[in-house]
Parts: sequence; C-alpha cells; structure tokens
Amino acid sequence: MKLLKTAMAGTMESGDIMVTIVPLENGGITLDLTSSVMQQYGRRIGEVIRETLGELGVTNAAVSAVDKGALDCTVRARVSAAAFRCAQAENDHWG
Amino acid sequence: MDELKNIPHIDEIAHRGIFAGVPPKHTATFQERTARQNKVLPSLEAAIRATGLKDGMTISFHHHFRGGDHVVNQVVDTLARMGYKNLTLAASSLAAVHAPLIDHIKSGVITHIETSGLRGDLAEEISRGLMDCPVVFRSHGGRAAAIRSGELHIDVAFLGAPSCDPYGNANGYSRDEDDAIACGSMGYARTDAKYADKVVILTNHLVRYPNAPWAIPEYDVDYIVVMEDIGDPKGIMSGATRYTKNPKELLIAQTAARVIDAAGYFYDGFSMQMGSGGASLATARFLRQMMLDKGIRCRFALGGITGQIAAMHEEGLIDRILDVQSFDLDAALSLRKNRFHHQIGATYYASFLSAAAVDQLDFVILSALEIDTNFNVNVLTGSDGVIRGAIGGHPDTAAGASLSVVVAPLTRGRIPTIIDRVNTIVTPGDVVDVVVTDQGVAVNPRRPEIAEKLRQAGIRVYTIQALKDKAEALVGKPDPIRYTDRVVGVVLYRDNTIIDTIRQIDESPAE
Repeated sequence: MKLLKTAMAGTMESGDIMVTIVPLENGGITLDLTSSVMQQYGRRIGEVIRETLGELGVTNAAVSAVDKGALDCTVRARVSAAAFRCAQAENDHWG
Repeated sequence: MDELKNIPHIDEIAHRGIFAGVPPKHTATFQERTARQNKVLPSLEAAIRATGLKDGMTISFHHHFRGGDHVVNQVVDTLARMGYKNLTLAASSLAAVHAPLIDHIKSGVITHIETSGLRGDLAEEISRGLMDCPVVFRSHGGRAAAIRSGELHIDVAFLGAPSCDPYGNANGYSRDEDDAIACGSMGYARTDAKYADKVVILTNHLVRYPNAPWAIPEYDVDYIVVMEDIGDPKGIMSGATRYTKNPKELLIAQTAARVIDAAGYFYDGFSMQMGSGGASLATARFLRQMMLDKGIRCRFALGGITGQIAAMHEEGLIDRILDVQSFDLDAALSLRKNRFHHQIGATYYASFLSAAAVDQLDFVILSALEIDTNFNVNVLTGSDGVIRGAIGGHPDTAAGASLSVVVAPLTRGRIPTIIDRVNTIVTPGDVVDVVVTDQGVAVNPRRPEIAEKLRQAGIRVYTIQALKDKAEALVGKPDPIRYTDRVVGVVLYRDNTIIDTIRQIDESPAE
C-alpha cells in the first residue's frame, strides 16, 4: 500500500483509539503510543498496530496513537481506516 | 464513729476514709454557669497547647465530612505553624481534599499515616514512595479494635462536629430548628472520643446545653474550639444518592436480588447491608419490589446508610436502621427525625473484639475493583497499582454476614475485574460467598449448598475460572503491573494481622 498523505481515524472516546499515520520515505514504522491502560496493554496495542500495518503492506510510517482502552478489534479497525485514508484508497477487503 | 480498723473487711469495701464535708455549693443559674465555666477555648492553638501534644505523638480525625472536610487540613496547618514534627496521623479515612498533607509529609510534620483509605494526589504520591514508613490500612472494624486494644493509641483526637454544647456533647446534626450543616451519624468518631487521651471538638455551631441526642458525650471531651469553617456543606453531604441508570449495573443488581432470594436469606425479618457502589445501591431497589410483592419486611439495615434505605424505613419496609455513617443528606435527615433510625459507633458496628452488629447480618452486597480466582477482593488499589480507594467495612461485613455477595461488572473498559491474583488482598476469599457480574454468577466452592440452590432457582452458576476466561476472551490478558521492592502500604485484615502489602509502582521505562 502506498501512503500519500497524513490521515487519521478514531476518536478520543472511552473504548476507542485515535490513530494518526504520517507517510515516511524510509526508516520503518515509528510508533508514539499513549494509553489509559499503558501498563497492562501498551505492549499488546503496539503489536496489533504493527501487525495490522504489516498485513496492509505499510513498511514506512510515523504512527501516533492515543488509546482510551480500545479492544484489539477496534485498534485493528482504526489503524486500517487511517491507512486506507492515507493511501486515498477504498478498502475492498472488508468481510 | 468506730475506728476504721475495727470494721471487718473495711479495706475491701471502702477506701476513701471518713466523710470530711463538701465543697461550697454553686448557686448561679445553670445558664450563667454554662457561660462562665465551660470547655470552650479561644483558639485552636490554645486547645493544642492545652492537650499537651508533643512531637512524635498520634493525632486522629474522623471522615464523616468526606470530600467537604476542612478540619484535617486546618489542624495540620496549625500544627505545622506551631513547629510540631514527627506526628502520626490516624484518620478513620482520608479523601482527595487532603492533598495539602503532601507538603506536611515532605517537611516532616507528619511521618506516619493510618487510615482506611486514600484518594487523589496524596494517594498517588504515597504510591510513588512519598513516605518512608508504610501507611497502615485498616478496616473500620479493625481500627476500632486496634484503638480499644491499644495497638493504635491516640494521644489527641481532633473531631469536627456540626453541633456541640459548651460542655462537649457533640453530634453530626442538631434537633433544633436551624439550617446548620449536618453529616448525620458520627459513628467512626465515637471510638476516638472514647479512647483518645485528649479530645478536642471543633465546631462551627455551639448550641445550648444539653445537645441531646449526642453522638459523643461531654465526659469524653476535654476542649472545644469554635471555628468559622469546619467544612463545605456541599462536599459533606450531597442530596439523595442517585439510582444508577447504567443497564449493566441494573442487570447486576437484579441478579444479586435473585441470588439472595434463591439462597434462602430473603425471608420475613431478614437483615441486610448495602455498599455504596452503583450496583449494590440498585440492589435495594429490586429487593424493595420483592418485599412488596411477597409482603415481607426487613428487621434491620446496617452500615453506611443512604436515602434509599431511609425511604424504605419510612415506608415501613425496614423496622430499624443501625447507622454508623450517613452517606447522603436524606439519610442524615432521617437520622434526625426517625426514632428507630439509630446511630451506632464503629466498635459496635464491626469490631471483632466484642459483640458487633455485622455478626447479625443475613447478607451484605459489596462492590469490588478486582476479584481473583480464589475469591479474594481488592477495593484499595486501582488496576494500575496506585492506591485509590478505601477498605471501609468490606472485610468486616463480608466476614459477619451469612451471605456476602460481591457485585462488579466483568470488565471496566478494557480492564478485567476477575483476574488470577488481585493487586491487593483486602477481603480474603474465605469470607466471600458469591460473585455477581453482568456476565454470570460464581459461587465460592466452600458453599456448594448455595450453588445448588441457585441452580434450582434457574440461575446459571459458572466457576470463577470460567468468568475469568470470559473476561480475558473479551479484553485479552493484561501484562502485570510493575512494582519496585519498596513497601508503601501494609494492609491489615479486621483482626489486625497483615493480609497484604502495597508496593511502590515502578515507573522506570519498560524493557
């Protein structure tokens, strides 16, 4: 997936995560994460973000995420949505 | 008169010698006397000096003013100005409003704290290692027992009172027609007043003698200080505690009511206590309807009392209320006007050293921050390991009640409530009987007969392990909280043995 512009998805509501993705030329994935459950789930949220980007073929991006206790499925959905908006593409793999 | 030594057994029956006349009788009216000879001192400083307080001693406070308390901060500020150091502060509990204590700890005025709970910035700082000596956490019953046994010796008690007469008869309300502030019951202060070496009452409302009914009698009081401000009425008492509208909590409450009925503890003449959490309060609402439907009454309700319990009393559904702490203004007003709404002290409420009202409970509904697969309950530290709660009467009532029901949502946001091991054991699983969540009920294997009765009533019973797995399937398995080795809090069970410790949270960057 080719990232074209900065994009975001999600909200600051409890149970959600707000994800912002900035395209990079190189340097891999950098992640800046804050979470209301950092101690218990910070590690897991980072894994899910990297996994999701990996599945979408995103290799270089600066990701910042503000988590308010989102479940794994929510994290995945918000990261995907942000990535597709970044790429100005439609996600036709849903379902 | 016979020679004393000639009277047989005189040493055993009288020691004070022969009558030698009486001092002059007073002749002034009692009103004049009240104005001239009383215990009122001109200032807090004067009262502190009069008590003989010295560095290294223990001072105590009650928490009936909750978040509206202005007594603790004013007294400790004054002690700091007077140059006191190395004091132990033993409060029945502390709230977020007591954050100014942080500076007095840093400057060495306060070097040890004993309390039921901590909240806000003070709790955060202590969790980060503010104090060298660990904070001692006791239940309300454990504190009362420790004060009576001398394990917690109070040198000077500073007790705020919304009404007091010039001799020290003090109460949390007044039956005079006035609009003074009220906190209702002063149950936790009564133990301090009885056992402290010196007792200072701080009041903003000096009333005429005799201030009956009283919570604290004048013979337990040494000095009185009239202060402009002892607390913020809005923080001391809100109106009625509201019923929750949260559907999860309502479901939990409804299930808890069904569990009590099915377990056989809902009969004409039962006794109960409700915790102050949303779901446990809501349980009263479902019990009320069941009482009306079945035509049965509750003999007594115990504990922290809310407006809902007071309303059920006024409706004729609850015969007696035993009130150690009034949670809201409606409860305080009921204590003032209803003669069978009775104020009790902490010792009679919950001390294990003597007959206590908790021992007469059929059931108690309690909340929890965490419950583990051994049924241990934590109500003191948050899921991040930081102190943010209070033990209260949790272990006392769980141990005393024939059926203790702990109610909690299975998850709060992403945080699971049921886990392998609670961060801090406050109430041991040995006294927890049933756990009710929005996603299922678990019964302690110690009580197979309860599990059987629930099944017969059509309530599905899960193992606690199954509930834990359910929570984990939803939110994933949390990484453990990181602590340092340093102990910042020692948690005592109601018999004052050490049941757990709280360690300083580790905020160094994760590897």
